[in-house]
Amino acid sequence: MSSAMFDLILQATLDTLYMVAVSGVIATLLGLPLGVMLYVTRPRQILAMPVLNQVLGIITNIGRSIPFIILMVAIIPFTRMLVGTSIGINAASVPLTIAAIPFVARLIEGALNEISPGLIESAQSMGATPWQIITKVLIPEARGGIITGLTITLVTLVSYSAMAGAVGGGGLGDLGIRYGYNRFNPTIMLITVVILVVLVQGFQSLGDYLVRKSDRK
Amino acid sequence: MIELSNVSKTYGSGDSAVHALQNVNLTIPKGTIHGVIGLSGAGKSTLIRCVNLLERPTSGSVLVDGQEMTGLRRRELNQARHRIGMIFQHFNLLTTRTVFDNVALPLELMGEKRSAIKNRVLPLLEMVGLADKAKQYPAQLSGGQKQRVAIARALASKPNVLLCDEATSALDPQTTSSILELLRDINHQLGITILLITHEMEVVKSICHRVSLISDGKLVEDAEVGDFFTAPATQLGRDFLNDFLQLSPPKELLERLEESPSEHTHPVVRLTFSGDAVSTPLISRLARECSVDVSILQAKVESIQDRTLGLMIAELLGSHEQTQQAMSYLEAHQLQVEVLGHVQRNV
Repeated sequence: MSSAMFDLILQATLDTLYMVAVSGVIATLLGLPLGVMLYVTRPRQILAMPVLNQVLGIITNIGRSIPFIILMVAIIPFTRMLVGTSIGINAASVPLTIAAIPFVARLIEGALNEISPGLIESAQSMGATPWQIITKVLIPEARGGIITGLTITLVTLVSYSAMAGAVGGGGLGDLGIRYGYNRFNPTIMLITVVILVVLVQGFQSLGDYLVRKSDRK
Repeated sequence: MIELSNVSKTYGSGDSAVHALQNVNLTIPKGTIHGVIGLSGAGKSTLIRCVNLLERPTSGSVLVDGQEMTGLRRRELNQARHRIGMIFQHFNLLTTRTVFDNVALPLELMGEKRSAIKNRVLPLLEMVGLADKAKQYPAQLSGGQKQRVAIARALASKPNVLLCDEATSALDPQTTSSILELLRDINHQLGITILLITHEMEVVKSICHRVSLISDGKLVEDAEVGDFFTAPATQLGRDFLNDFLQLSPPKELLERLEESPSEHTHPVVRLTFSGDAVSTPLISRLARECSVDVSILQAKVESIQDRTLGLMIAELLGSHEQTQQAMSYLEAHQLQVEVLGHVQRNV
């Protein structure tokens, strides 16, 4: 393999990691609060607001029901407004983030769902405010489930980022399409797939390790 | 001091309304241990949750240490809850916190400094006998140890009142008695008022001063524990007592029991005696003075706190007049006589 080829693959891998990292971090920062809101505003919950809960639920479902490839194209004007272009890894990070937010939110909500209602009740009996319950009870107690959810998100983002590559996003998906498919270079195709598999395995192992470390049950 | 006046709680409305509590009145003086006993679904849980407003009563007043709880704003309610500790059937410890950090939680919520927390938590762990477990996680503890941690946690904010929600129901009998002993010590040493709900007479018998019986959301009895165990006022109270004492006629006899007397039957009675009657040889006197023979089917003596309670199921053998006379004789000596039925004479 030529050194030019090597540079190309290295660059594509870094681009993929960049897209996954940027969208993963932003989606977590926005999806975590949304997931908590989806949970605590439920009827009979600590901040019961049934109407808001319904609205948030519908928005989240809409976000989750749009196929990623369509979302990517549909929000091009918004992406341009935000990063000034619709191609490249920065541009690809915008739809990736938007797709990941509702995804993260539902996974966080599911993780919170696993907490025994008795823990919330006992915190209330101690005079905890809703904010204290969220920060001292809900999030710490759900941290295993939250890490599992974020791991799933990262793995999903790896595959979504490859899709983003297909429409000019860059990264490993772009490399695989342009060199592996269009130029019919099976070696590149194979290397691309192997790197993607290694990335996914790596994220999954890291996530599993962190879950094990946080587990006290 | 806890004072509930006319407390009602209704879930839903219209035809589907469920009246979990109806006009409950209950006064628990400072420093006493009060038990509320009832079957599942009778409203015990709702009742205890109305004290710290985990459930808000539909109507009525809840006074804790003279403070009306139902009128408090959120912030004031949280302040008030710092003075009301609560423990639960399933302990409700945070799994991701160590024993120390679990007990520290209420103090963190109150905004105490780390050093003050340490000074408070360690003596509490000492008191519940778990000082050596401070760095362990709840999953490493037994049920009894978890409840001890929960008790230490409930006491961290120096409450005046402790609510116990079926606190021993998930524990085995031995662990139950050690937890009850701890609660009694706490009541004794710290003067904390304890309200506990339970379905176990054993719990009431061993630590309560007074007991209320709840049925279908209503308090149907409220008595000193000694009185309740010697003379429950309601059928439900008697059912609980008989169940606890495991005293009921043998099945074989129950099948032969007839409701009204006839020529060839004699009465089967349940005798309950307390106080002086326990130490008086009444049965032998009965035989001498009324010429009635007594066939004892079951008998039991229980000590309920400072009282002794005797129970007996017996057949009275004699003529109709003789057995009637015998029952009057027993009643005259402060025994409770309950005729369970009549059986055919054995031939």
